[in-house]
Amino acid sequence: MFLQHVADGLLSGAVIGLGAIGLSFTMKILRFANFSHSELLTWGAYFGLIFFTIAASLGNVFDAPIGPLSFGWGMFVALIFSAVATSALALLLHKLVFEKLNRVAGHMTMVFASFGVALLLRHMVLLIFGPNPIYYSNELQFAVLLPGNVRVLPDQVFLLGLTIIVVFGLHLFMTRSRTGIAMRGVSENPDLSRVAGVNVSSIINWVWIIGASLASVAGVLYGLTVQLRPELGFGLILPLFAAAILGGAGSLYGAVIGGLIVGLSENLSVMIIPTTYKPAVPFLLILAILYFRPEGLFGERK
Amino acid sequence: MSAAISKHVLEATGVVAGYRPELPIIHDVTMYVNAGEIVTIIGPNGAGKSTFIRAIAGLLTVTSGKIMLDGNDITGVPAHLMAASGVGFVPQTDNVFTTLSIHENLVLGGITLPRAQADIRIAKIYERYSILKDRSREKAGVLSGGQRQVLAVARALLNQPRLILLDEPTAGLSPMASGELFTVVRDLAKDGAAVLMVEQNAKAALRISDRGYVLAEGQNRIGGPAKELLEDPEIGKIFLGVRREKTNDRQKMGES
Amino acid sequence: MIGLISYLIFFLILALSFGIAVLGLNLQWGYTGLFNAGVAGFIAIGGYTMAILTGPSRDAVLGGFEMPFVVGLIGAMIASGIGAYIVGLATLRLKGEYLAVATFGIAVSIQLVCLNWEYLTGGTLGLIGIPNPSKDLATGPLAQNAVYLGIVIVIGGIAFWALERIVKSPWGRMLKAIREDEGAAASLGKSPVRVRLESFILGCMLMGLAGALLTAFIGYISPSDFLPIVTFQIWTMLIVGGSANNRGALLGAVLVWGVWTSSGFVISKFIPAEIQAQGGALQAILIGLILVVTLLMRPRGLIGEEKHVSRHASL
Repeated sequence: MFLQHVADGLLSGAVIGLGAIGLSFTMKILRFANFSHSELLTWGAYFGLIFFTIAASLGNVFDAPIGPLSFGWGMFVALIFSAVATSALALLLHKLVFEKLNRVAGHMTMVFASFGVALLLRHMVLLIFGPNPIYYSNELQFAVLLPGNVRVLPDQVFLLGLTIIVVFGLHLFMTRSRTGIAMRGVSENPDLSRVAGVNVSSIINWVWIIGASLASVAGVLYGLTVQLRPELGFGLILPLFAAAILGGAGSLYGAVIGGLIVGLSENLSVMIIPTTYKPAVPFLLILAILYFRPEGLFGERK
Repeated sequence: MSAAISKHVLEATGVVAGYRPELPIIHDVTMYVNAGEIVTIIGPNGAGKSTFIRAIAGLLTVTSGKIMLDGNDITGVPAHLMAASGVGFVPQTDNVFTTLSIHENLVLGGITLPRAQADIRIAKIYERYSILKDRSREKAGVLSGGQRQVLAVARALLNQPRLILLDEPTAGLSPMASGELFTVVRDLAKDGAAVLMVEQNAKAALRISDRGYVLAEGQNRIGGPAKELLEDPEIGKIFLGVRREKTNDRQKMGES
Repeated sequence: MIGLISYLIFFLILALSFGIAVLGLNLQWGYTGLFNAGVAGFIAIGGYTMAILTGPSRDAVLGGFEMPFVVGLIGAMIASGIGAYIVGLATLRLKGEYLAVATFGIAVSIQLVCLNWEYLTGGTLGLIGIPNPSKDLATGPLAQNAVYLGIVIVIGGIAFWALERIVKSPWGRMLKAIREDEGAAASLGKSPVRVRLESFILGCMLMGLAGALLTAFIGYISPSDFLPIVTFQIWTMLIVGGSANNRGALLGAVLVWGVWTSSGFVISKFIPAEIQAQGGALQAILIGLILVVTLLMRPRGLIGEEKHVSRHASL
């Protein structure tokens, strides 16, 4: 049973980690806690649904399941288009709300503007898609039995694999591309970046694009392995914040490891507390980390 | 003024600037720097020396006055475009990205250039400052104060600036490191750049400078050849002989 | 006409009860700069305390004390105060957005307790039969509601009067000093953490009081009364009215509750019952829009802070 919880924890942790990367970057570079970030996961998941439905309607390889997976190549089309659409949504929010507030008001104003934006986004999904859970595919899958009597679905293996690829790709982007290096520069010292010739507002756009793209991938993977609900993102607010704060704001690997810790803690907690209290676990992690090491596991001490 | 008749690289006229438009810190500063020249700004704490230099770098709002670079009006140009248009600025504190490698620091310095050109210039920087080349993969945070200054200057050089602005480059450096840094600065001027610096170590800075300006209460009062300023008894008494007492205040001031 | 008046009374009871919670939030955010994202949780503590202390006895659920209304009110304030004390000790060291995240987590946790600790809260079914004191004081729904409105106005009036005195007292000036510059406030020889904690507790006690008033009026309480949207409504009331102004807080409460109920009325009229969830979504979208647009267009709210101007106060 223990190993099964560990496996489940790693799977949900991978989704949380992917989602938390963008949140962590926003906290560090835009310097505010964006409560609407988790709604980007919801929108990503539903954008994915739209594009997956369109792609699958093309039939053939787009529709026919790949091997043991529950979906065809249409899922990759959906992942890419959803990332683009979610990025566009995030940039729109930035232009309409956060950019202006950043100029005229304090950063706490941005925090509760993000509350308002979260509420808007969540209820728009409810309005458009209705309250009932939706699934990408109704294909039946057979669990793979791993050593230790651990059962995982092929889709869950796909989730883990894709997460590793995405994180590695992002690592390359952050260390090899000039935009990635500039992003790390702005994160450390915006003024010095300006002086060096970095266009900070275009870097901020990149922060939104990357954060939203990863959120959309996380949202689609969550929708794939759990289900699509309008409250998908809302339920992830605390896990995402817990992962970002645990990892230390601005840290790529911190967010991923933070996500895994949150996923594992949530799933292992059911061995000692009633399942119904599981959603409080990320909150307890947040309190613990803020109390003992507020800069996070991988953040820099000020 | 057209490019043809201006022989000054930097020409600032009646500059008023501050961190907030309603609260100007410098009121009416006028000065020029020629190519190949080192000019030092001295003055008491809170005179607005750093503010002036940051205003030229495009980090602050200039509410009135004019800043010309090689005869082109650059007043109000944002900082990241200043770098591309030939102004290199080395801030006093936090002047390298400590979490990035030395190489990445240089990459950011050359970010406005095409990648291939930036790579060529970075290679040249490595030739010139071997210390940077040897440690290029290390995080800049591990460098000593003097090495950081060298990296910061090198970073600013990547754009081949016509004007180099140095904000207290020797602050916190040992006398030996300061001396080495001044050598670097002198070489820059020899290569034809115009150098404008603010320096706490006014005496040493004036010794390598061609000219100097005295800034007080947000205005420049006196300007002249560095040698004359060094020998001026009044200035000597006020600004050059009191370094020890001021060091502490100045560290606080450096941030404002 | 009678219908209108009776509705107006009903409306004002709810709006002013929420107004008391907004006054509490105003003390925390407007005057002290504390971002409490867990307002619904503290209203819930007050509501459940009222229900447990004054409610009838039930099988397998704590309660049956059948204490008087006033005891319920005081108990609610004490319980919220104790909750705030515990929460405050753990979180008030935190700055700004971490406090927001932590208090948000507290509201989620309180919600979980409401849902799952059946012995205390009755679980999802909630608690019913909570006595309304106006039933003993008047006959007929209209008169009873009028009496209850009187009770809310008196209690709200006392809270308003007390807060006006408090914020003008040395302690109140201390709050603003902390809000503006904690370091400077500390140098005056006061402990900012302690003053922040006091302000946080007092504000949460008002939220608990509001929860108690609402619960006794409605006579029923369940976890679904304290969804995060409640926190959001209280915040919008404060922002629309203008923070750091107690009059603004009350004005915002009446206005935003007016928009909420009238939009609910319109939606229920024009949207078929089978898509009620979507109707509720429209209502929430409207409130979200009001908050975001107010922040963008009129960041100081309808009535901003009196005299004192600062960047922070423009919130």
